[in-house]
Amino acid sequence: MKKKILMCGNDACGEGAVLAGCRFYAGYPITPQNELTSYMSKRMNQTGGVFIQSESELAAINMVFGASVAGARAMTSSSSPGISLKQEGISYLAACELPAVIVNVQRGGPGLGNIAPAQGDYFQATKGGGHGDYNMIVLAPASVEEMMTLTYEAFDLADKYRNPVMILADGLLGQMMEPVSVRSSEFGVRSKKYEKPWALTGCRGRKPNIIRSLLLAEGALEEHNKKLQEKFGRMRKAEVRYEVSNEKDSDIMLVAYGSCARIARAAAEKARSKGIKAALLRPISLWPFPSDILGELSGQVKNFLVVEMSAGQMVEDVRLGVEGRAKVDFYGRMGGGIPTGEEILNKIEALA
Amino acid sequence: MRKSNQKPVTRNQKKKKINKSQVENLIFSRPRSMRDVEMHYCAGCGHGLVHRLICETIDELGIRERTIGVAPVGCAVIAYDYWDFDVTEAAHGRTPAVATGIKRVRPESIVFSYQGDGDLAAIGTAEIIHTANRGENITVIFVNNGVYGMTGGQMAPTTLAGQVTDTTVEGRNLKRDGYPLKILEMMAVLPGAKYLERTSVHSPQEVLRTKRAIKKAFQTQIDNRGFSMVEVLAMCPTYWGMSPIKSADRIKNEVSTFYPIGVVKSY
Amino acid sequence: MKVTSNQKPVTRKKSKERKAPPLKCEEILCAGFGGQGIMFMGKLLAQAALLERRHVTWMPSYGAEVRGGTAHSMTKISGDYIAGPVISNPSCCVVMNYPSLVKYEGKVRDGGLLIANKTLIDKLPKRKEIKIVNIAMTDIASRLGNVKAANMVALGALVKKTKIVSKASILAALEEVMKNRPELLALNKKAFEKGYKAVHST
Repeated sequence: MKKKILMCGNDACGEGAVLAGCRFYAGYPITPQNELTSYMSKRMNQTGGVFIQSESELAAINMVFGASVAGARAMTSSSSPGISLKQEGISYLAACELPAVIVNVQRGGPGLGNIAPAQGDYFQATKGGGHGDYNMIVLAPASVEEMMTLTYEAFDLADKYRNPVMILADGLLGQMMEPVSVRSSEFGVRSKKYEKPWALTGCRGRKPNIIRSLLLAEGALEEHNKKLQEKFGRMRKAEVRYEVSNEKDSDIMLVAYGSCARIARAAAEKARSKGIKAALLRPISLWPFPSDILGELSGQVKNFLVVEMSAGQMVEDVRLGVEGRAKVDFYGRMGGGIPTGEEILNKIEALA
Repeated sequence: MRKSNQKPVTRNQKKKKINKSQVENLIFSRPRSMRDVEMHYCAGCGHGLVHRLICETIDELGIRERTIGVAPVGCAVIAYDYWDFDVTEAAHGRTPAVATGIKRVRPESIVFSYQGDGDLAAIGTAEIIHTANRGENITVIFVNNGVYGMTGGQMAPTTLAGQVTDTTVEGRNLKRDGYPLKILEMMAVLPGAKYLERTSVHSPQEVLRTKRAIKKAFQTQIDNRGFSMVEVLAMCPTYWGMSPIKSADRIKNEVSTFYPIGVVKSY
Repeated sequence: MKVTSNQKPVTRKKSKERKAPPLKCEEILCAGFGGQGIMFMGKLLAQAALLERRHVTWMPSYGAEVRGGTAHSMTKISGDYIAGPVISNPSCCVVMNYPSLVKYEGKVRDGGLLIANKTLIDKLPKRKEIKIVNIAMTDIASRLGNVKAANMVALGALVKKTKIVSKASILAALEEVMKNRPELLALNKKAFEKGYKAVHST
């Protein structure tokens, strides 16, 4: 039997990173992700890694850039306003094809907003919050356990594709405690080692390595972009993740991710107990988005109901996936408001 | 002619028939750490000189194979096209943060950042101050020519009072534009900053002095003493609107009186 | 892919004190001043429930209220998957000071339980459709030598009254989290016992 321990999501995320071999963390405190920064400070000391409390989020993401340049598995974390500051660095990471993991424990916005859980950074995360044509894999945990396992996986994905990967969580997942299975030995077996011949290690016995994204020669940047797009295409094919239940027997399919999906799931179950055929599709990878399954489901499901802690962002991707073959409705709360099971149930009943 | 172990065979040798020891003493050859390519810098620009001094230093210290450079955004943005060792680019001003990440992961590497006055003294002020204050064991070469060359000659934080630039057409007005920034003197109060020197490249004598300073700065890092930085006053004839010779004279007569040459701090 | 719950069905420890543990989701909200051990109380309850291999979530108060006013922690314990950790209408609420009573009395669900700290609350709760337990937690803890143990007095009363988790589980959880601080462990155990004895089980 696996031992279970109580952990908060921020700590679990940090432990997932440590288990994946992350040995470099730079970050700047911001609520509601402070436990993660504090956890990494402790764990980097214990594992011989590097912890830097940087002067800003700008510095943090660029320290991660440097650590990645040098070949290390590196991570930074923040919450919404701080993630905005990191966008420049994320664009550079993607452009220079550098692996890194960025954790966003979202809070209410826009602006300074508040420190309550929210999902208002979906567009920023999935559509490329920084400048230029780029994408990154965005994983959305829905439990403390997944805060650990998805963070762990993020490092492999980052190295596999030489691309930044984002964990898009929220204040609820960061702060809440839940039982987590401790299975570090299992992780150890699965952890992959990626050769990094491109890393800057000093040019002993080889030609110098250059890491750059400035390509001024005629057509060079377009060629680079084509190469990147080919890579993003491979990610689109291989890295779609989602969970769905009762998909063969549903009239109303809820679509929700992260902590919102937990509440939506309970609401769907309650509706089912009342005789309404409701179910939940939970995208785990927000980019690449599980559009194919939406296409498949739109043949049999009458109504999609997207639930988000935002004004309606993922709903646009759902509409793109459904392509008008079924009705897509939306229920959302903003600015730190969390939808309740009753609110969602009311919405389901109105649609049924 | 890309490999340094090739003997410096030159036309002079054939013409004048001087002996081998004289060749070693007199012939000016390309450092191993420098690529054999034409530079894009304007005539009379200070960057090429400073690039070369860094490469000579790296060769003389025998650290080419463990050096990692961080190039800035600014005129020297493609410095990696001229240097023949590992180099990464960095976002504008974040150069010391990137260098920090590299050095912390690879403490055995010799890591330096190369920055202009926009990169270091404007957009990257926070990074340079905090990198020095953490006492990061890296070396920073700061080229101060008092103007933004890459974008068309706009005012820099280090532009002198009264100096005409693209954005100070009637001269830098201290009331409107603020004061020229003496970044090295500011950094002198930081305990983490171990070696700080200001030099210039306006004359052969000053070039040699700059070389000694750069070497000392790298040696500071090799000896694990902590943060080292050399500010090099350099010419920008194009955006100063004067000849290379007059630009050199301007540093001697004007710039270096405001930004005094010399060691600001030494361990 | 089917949604998989990450916990096995409830298998409860055999305990003489607990005959028919509730399968429904218990929602416990603890509130008081910062420093009264509000977070710890909730966490300990969660830890005890974990020992009983039940589904559990714990959530601290978030918001500017952490500074100054009241702090609260939310613990959910269930035999089944827990949707979200946030509690709007607790089935059981512990209020350790007067501002918390004002804030949460009205939120306790009908038929729920309110446990109030008589030492710091001189007004009686008004609601009729909830059960109310009023004990002088801080006084009891003070007599044990440390007012900070008032939270354990509250927890003792809560466990006796609700049987959400067994007494044995709480004591085991205490031993686990305080294994390196034997003096504190002894004090907390004593305080828990006092609270446990201060009320009648229902």
